[in-house]
Amino acid sequence: MRARRTSLVVLPLSAMLVLAACTSSSTPAATSSASGSGTSSASGSTATTGYQAAHAGGTLTLLAKSAGGTLDPKVNYTLQYWQLYQATFDGLTAFKKVNGQDSFTVVPDLATEIPTPTNGGKTYVFTLRPGIKFSDGTDVTTDDVVASFQRIFKVSSPTAGSFYNGIVGSDVCLKTPATCKLDAGVIGDKAKGTVTINLTAPDPEFLYKLSVPHAAINPKSAPTKDAGNALIPTTGPYMFTSYDPNTALVMKRNPFFKEWSTDAQPQGYPDEINYKFGLTVEAEVTAVENGQANWVFDPPPADRLAEIGSKYADQAHINALTAFWYAPMNVNIAPFNNAKARQAVNWAVDRNAIVKLYGGSTLAQPVCTFLPPEFPGHVDDCQYSNPAGTTWQGPDLEKAKSLVTESGTAGQAVTIVVSDDEVNKAIGEYLQSVLNSIGYKASVKAISGNIQFTYIQNTNNKVQISLTQWYQDYPAASDFLNVLLGCASFTPGSDSSINIAGYCNKTVQAQMDAALKTEQTSMDQANAQWAAVDKAAMTESPVAPLITPKLIDFLSKDTGNYQFSKQFYMLVSQLWVK
Amino acid sequence: MAALVVLILIILMCLAAPLYENYVARTDAFTSNVNGTYVVDGQTKPVLEASTEGLGLGVNPIGPTWSSQFFLGADNQGRDVMARMLFGGRNSLVIGFTSAIICCVLAGIVGIVAGYFGNAVDAVLSRALDVLWAFPVYLLAICLSVVLINSSLTIGPVTLNSGSIILPILIIGIVYVPYVARPIRGQVLSLREREFVQAAVGAGAADLRLLRREILPNVLPTIIVFLPLMTAINMLTESALSFLSIGVQPPDASWGTIINDGVGLLYTRPMVAIAPGIMLAITAVALNLLGDGVRDALDPKARLRGGV
Repeated sequence: MRARRTSLVVLPLSAMLVLAACTSSSTPAATSSASGSGTSSASGSTATTGYQAAHAGGTLTLLAKSAGGTLDPKVNYTLQYWQLYQATFDGLTAFKKVNGQDSFTVVPDLATEIPTPTNGGKTYVFTLRPGIKFSDGTDVTTDDVVASFQRIFKVSSPTAGSFYNGIVGSDVCLKTPATCKLDAGVIGDKAKGTVTINLTAPDPEFLYKLSVPHAAINPKSAPTKDAGNALIPTTGPYMFTSYDPNTALVMKRNPFFKEWSTDAQPQGYPDEINYKFGLTVEAEVTAVENGQANWVFDPPPADRLAEIGSKYADQAHINALTAFWYAPMNVNIAPFNNAKARQAVNWAVDRNAIVKLYGGSTLAQPVCTFLPPEFPGHVDDCQYSNPAGTTWQGPDLEKAKSLVTESGTAGQAVTIVVSDDEVNKAIGEYLQSVLNSIGYKASVKAISGNIQFTYIQNTNNKVQISLTQWYQDYPAASDFLNVLLGCASFTPGSDSSINIAGYCNKTVQAQMDAALKTEQTSMDQANAQWAAVDKAAMTESPVAPLITPKLIDFLSKDTGNYQFSKQFYMLVSQLWVK
Repeated sequence: MAALVVLILIILMCLAAPLYENYVARTDAFTSNVNGTYVVDGQTKPVLEASTEGLGLGVNPIGPTWSSQFFLGADNQGRDVMARMLFGGRNSLVIGFTSAIICCVLAGIVGIVAGYFGNAVDAVLSRALDVLWAFPVYLLAICLSVVLINSSLTIGPVTLNSGSIILPILIIGIVYVPYVARPIRGQVLSLREREFVQAAVGAGAADLRLLRREILPNVLPTIIVFLPLMTAINMLTESALSFLSIGVQPPDASWGTIINDGVGLLYTRPMVAIAPGIMLAITAVALNLLGDGVRDALDPKARLRGGV
């Protein structure tokens, strides 16, 4: 369950998209209405309509085993803090802060409206809302916007080279961050209050990228290096007032905040949010049970789940995530440089067993594809199921054994590299057992979760098969397929080679390029193409998709107004403690 | 004597692990059994049972049945805890005993050579022991384990795979050498000045003969007394390393790995952690009592000094 802490991952510099022509009808806001909600809640968590002043006030106490690292929104890449940034920082655009599927919709935030791109989809002109102030009392100006985009490169934001490499001048900024100007890329007009962003090529996903915290607008006085534990003034309803990664992070109301858009940045309810660190997860759960804290960030331990699900059922909220757990197989080294060996693994692994090891069918579902259910481009399809079907039915060990024999790889040693937490180790041990049963000599290498993700990416470590997770950055099929399987995402010898399988198939890549191009005209058609890419890739089996997880939020009895954004998860600022 | 009997019983139980696995538990102690079932009162039930209460959160392995199958319940892979505990005991005892032998032999050689030859030899060996001693035992063992168990060890033509139990044996055997070598060196320093040694020197005995005929026989009881004590300590160290996932590697088991498996089940299936913990405690106490007994047998004066 470590994925909640580390799921937002660094993308490779070259992973993202280079697109051709674009039309104004293909904005993310228009294309993000994927089917269904997929969200279930255990209790009567109800989204309120309109601000209910009677519930304002009080202190919200959140608990986490450890802090999430730097507080700098341009650098931090963890779900733990991205969740907090929703109530503190703003970008020109934002994901709508509401329950459910609608939370994938991009809305104007510090900008007055979402502009229609011009210049063949390469130019966006944003008009800044007047009268917005930072929490230190200074006005938000176009200079701050320009400086914030420069700052993405100056602080070497993890997504500088992937999300924002399409901005004109970004190539120079990536080479010499310290002197980044973006003179022709991001142009502020203080008199008109506009900011013009020029791209080198149309990018239908650009508004998504503007809506994540790395594109948040900071004061131009913000440090040009990682701010670390220093507090950067905010624009949202809360500001950070103290941060000690060993003890606590404190947020209080921003005295200069006035709600300008309920969709983009609604007023918050608690007067103070106190995020405490250092307890064990067991102690955190007990504290919430006893009403000593309001919420636990860390996933509850396996042996407390039954208790939470029965005795405290009305305090637990379970939501499907657009994510998947999978086992990448290195297609460039034995035995998985043989497609039959990879297919054998897909036939042999019982996804239902993985579901059990994850915590049961309430918390996870088997998957057979890259794109998770209810994600744009997802089509039910299960090529390695016995009996055959569009959804997972069961494994076929005999077929797997015969494929291993046919591949001539039987008897080879295989090491599975997993993270050293309880769930990952258990799944690793299960995979070891499966691999042994189909003819390999498997062993498990459990290494610290802090390094496992980068370790398995580096080809120098000769990782044959591993276990990892991928959570969406934003709701687009390319964020899974092109990132995880694209040739540009494979960088041998690098710790940042997110195409962990090292899979680079020119035919599949051409299909992905075509889908990216189609995105500029029709998202529906593009999603159909992405579904075909998913199927083609699974035929080659560079990975074994395992499960799509669900998230459990455990709240104290006196905490109300739970709302879950599918993009950034529980809306912390909307919780009631009064 | 009681300690010896208990120890022998534990050893016999562990030796009988394959018999228990095949004829009593009728299960594979090393293969995941996540989707496995068992029959109780004529009904077939899953070994890992999903909760049906409330939201249906969590999956629990079955608890102790106190019958032949799953006597102590199952672990999170659906494997029989009792069978794994018996197999795990074999590894714990083998690692504890073998590493104790390695430790005592190495410590004996270093202690005798340093104490007997003195001067530069003593200075070099003693400083080497000091360096080793300067590291906290667990820190040193953890460092060595992380490096060696996550890769492998190649010495000339011999390669030890990362999963080999020889690695924890060597690691544990080496880190405790200073703790045994120091007192042996001190004893040899004392022996060297005793009349019977001086008489042998005066009679023209060579170093090797002196070491073999005069020194070693007098040091050997000390080493023998250390053996059960070090076995107990080494077993505990092995359990600690395995608990940290840097000792015995899955699917093999030791008491430490089973305790580690049980930590995640403490609230619902505490027996997974408690049972191997009890076995470890009983064995360690038995070995310590045995060590005391051996010391009393080999050194009656010590008993007299103790006022007994």
